[in-house]
Amino acid sequence: MAFQIFTYILHKDGVVDDTAAEMAAAAAKLDPAASVTAIVVGSKTDPVCSSLTASFKEVWKIDNDALAYPNSEVIRGLLANVIPKGSIVLIAHDHFGMDLSPGLSVKLDGAYLPDAVGFEGIEGGKLKAVRQEYSGQVSTHVLCDISGGAVITIRPGSFTALAAGSAGGSVVDKTGDALTSGMPGGKRRFVEVIEAEVGDVDITKSEVLVSIGRGIGEQENIEIVNELAKAMGGDVSCSRPIIDAKWLEKSRQVGTSGKTVKPKVYMALGISGSFQHLGGIKGSPFMVAVNKNPKAPIFQVADIGVVEDLIEFVPMLTEKINEMK
Amino acid sequence: MDILVCVKRVPDTAENEISVNGSGTDIERDDLVYSVNEWDNYAVEEAIQIRDKVGGSVTVISVGDSESEEVLRREMAMGADKGILISDGAFEGSDGKGLAVILKTAIEKDKYDLIFTGAQADDGAGQVGGMLAAMLDLPYASLVNFIEVSDDKKIKIGREIAGGQQEIDEIDLPCVLSIQTGINEPRYVGIRGIRKVASVEIPVLGASDLGIDQGLVGSAAAKVSRVDYFMPALGKGAEILEGSIEEKADKLIELLKSKGGIK
Ligand SMILES: Cc1cc2nc3c(=O)[nH]c(=O)nc-3n(C[C@H](O)[C@H](O)[C@H](O)COP(=O)(O)OP(=O)(O)OC[C@H]3O[C@@H](n4cnc5c(N)ncnc54)[C@H](O)[C@@H]3O)c2cc1C
Ligand SMILES: Nc1ncnc2c1ncn2[C@@H]1O[C@H](COP(=O)(O)O)[C@@H](O)[C@H]1O
Repeated sequence: MAFQIFTYILHKDGVVDDTAAEMAAAAAKLDPAASVTAIVVGSKTDPVCSSLTASFKEVWKIDNDALAYPNSEVIRGLLANVIPKGSIVLIAHDHFGMDLSPGLSVKLDGAYLPDAVGFEGIEGGKLKAVRQEYSGQVSTHVLCDISGGAVITIRPGSFTALAAGSAGGSVVDKTGDALTSGMPGGKRRFVEVIEAEVGDVDITKSEVLVSIGRGIGEQENIEIVNELAKAMGGDVSCSRPIIDAKWLEKSRQVGTSGKTVKPKVYMALGISGSFQHLGGIKGSPFMVAVNKNPKAPIFQVADIGVVEDLIEFVPMLTEKINEMK
Repeated sequence: MDILVCVKRVPDTAENEISVNGSGTDIERDDLVYSVNEWDNYAVEEAIQIRDKVGGSVTVISVGDSESEEVLRREMAMGADKGILISDGAFEGSDGKGLAVILKTAIEKDKYDLIFTGAQADDGAGQVGGMLAAMLDLPYASLVNFIEVSDDKKIKIGREIAGGQQEIDEIDLPCVLSIQTGINEPRYVGIRGIRKVASVEIPVLGASDLGIDQGLVGSAAAKVSRVDYFMPALGKGAEILEGSIEEKADKLIELLKSKGGIK
């Protein structure tokens, strides 16, 4: 039996997000025979819907002025009104998907499989999927019983996007069905979006980034990294724990909830390599990782690895660079 | 404001290298250092700060074995008023939903204005808070990095969204919030603080105390189950520099020069 799969489409300013094509790929991997429907929720979504008809046989549209900002409390209620129980729903695992999905799985009475990075077939009605735990230090296979439906969030970047085909799909307006009992989710009301702070340096423009993570240990140690950045002619950026500790300005955070950077060279010092951090590094820079743990996930994505204590290694590197100059 | 915070005892990844055991059935647990899930610690700090400002109480609750008691005690040393441990062999093998059912049943025994979870725990799921809210039919917001208590019917919150932006919402009480790191600076807990709460009684509740429907929890009810653990494939993997620390530095400088990393 083929599954009925829905994929929730992220879009902004009339443009479909990159994750849509990744969700299509994930759906095809899950069940090549499945019929896959894209769901678009928002306001003035016609351009978004029509651009999706090349990739999806069916595009469901839920369109209303009050849906201009995606409030997941509202959207969860709408989806629960239209998605039949027993369906499989794929959603990107980002700040919106994390907000929407666990509760949606309760409403649809299906299984919940969070942050899948791969699918390895179906065994006896159960989907075999790959996940990561302990910030990517170990992977696991999980079995998810999808026979009664499931909500599955997919890690952005983990499935190779399907090229848009010529599906010749059609758009179905589901707004009426979704809103049968009025606008749901009134207990959480969107107020505004506050833009990111502007800092003293714009790391999105830096060609060389010397980036520090929790492995720096103490605030005083940041000085040795400032020295290295000076010697290399680069700027200092960081992972999230450094911002949480308020050791550097928020504008220096690299990652999905920080800045997206595209340097030529990226030095990751004492950074483990979580997907939220790596998600902020684009353009395949030459990446050097210095980490005292040889099993740190960062070594899987870096070009060059140095297994050392950065507190010893960094000052030595700086000194040698300065001598050379 | 009566606040409940869900806390989990997890291996401390900042202190440990996590590896898979010989048979791939589990991670290597000998010599692991455990602590409270990082996100939960921020949630407890936030709850304490709210209580200190507007009055009320902070209760910490954990589902786990008897060792989870130490985590509850630590959070009480921080300033939580009360701890509840939920422990029963029947809960073993529960998936996220099972866990949410257990917590929901416990929560319904009391009245809370605010329920906090961490944004995620060691397995990176980020599921319990959102499920709990849906089961309790309460409004939910995830990744909360700002809370302003304006009155006793509703509060103002900030959610962390992409690229350093923040979404501001108003949310009615009671509600469930998942707390993101960085929302505050959790206070330090010294050995003296721990000693002060060493003899406080922490009730332990099992399935029958809670009157839980056992068909909804444990491994039999779980729709998601782990098969095995493995080390992630190495991709293309980094070229690891060999030699003495000095030699590594020399090699790295040559590479950096050729890639434009030294200006
Ligand atoms: C919704 C969400 C959004 C997020 N957004 C971001 C984001 O935008 N950016 C981001 O960075 N994170 C983000 N995170 C957090 C992310 O999940 C990780 O927790 C974080 O990236 C870990 O930072 P880290 O690598 O510095 O610390 P850790 O994971 O603790 O790693 C520290 C590393 O340092 C090494 N080390 C320790 N001491 C030394 C030493 N002396 N010498 C050398 N190496 C040493 C250790 O072996 C370890 O590998 C987000 C999380 C969530 C839930
Ligand atoms: N065993 C547990 N006991 C109490 N709270 C838990 C437990 N597991 C998860 N939680 C809560 O749910 C949050 C998210 O965890 P998870 O959904 O497992 O990623 C944690 O930060 C805790 O607040």
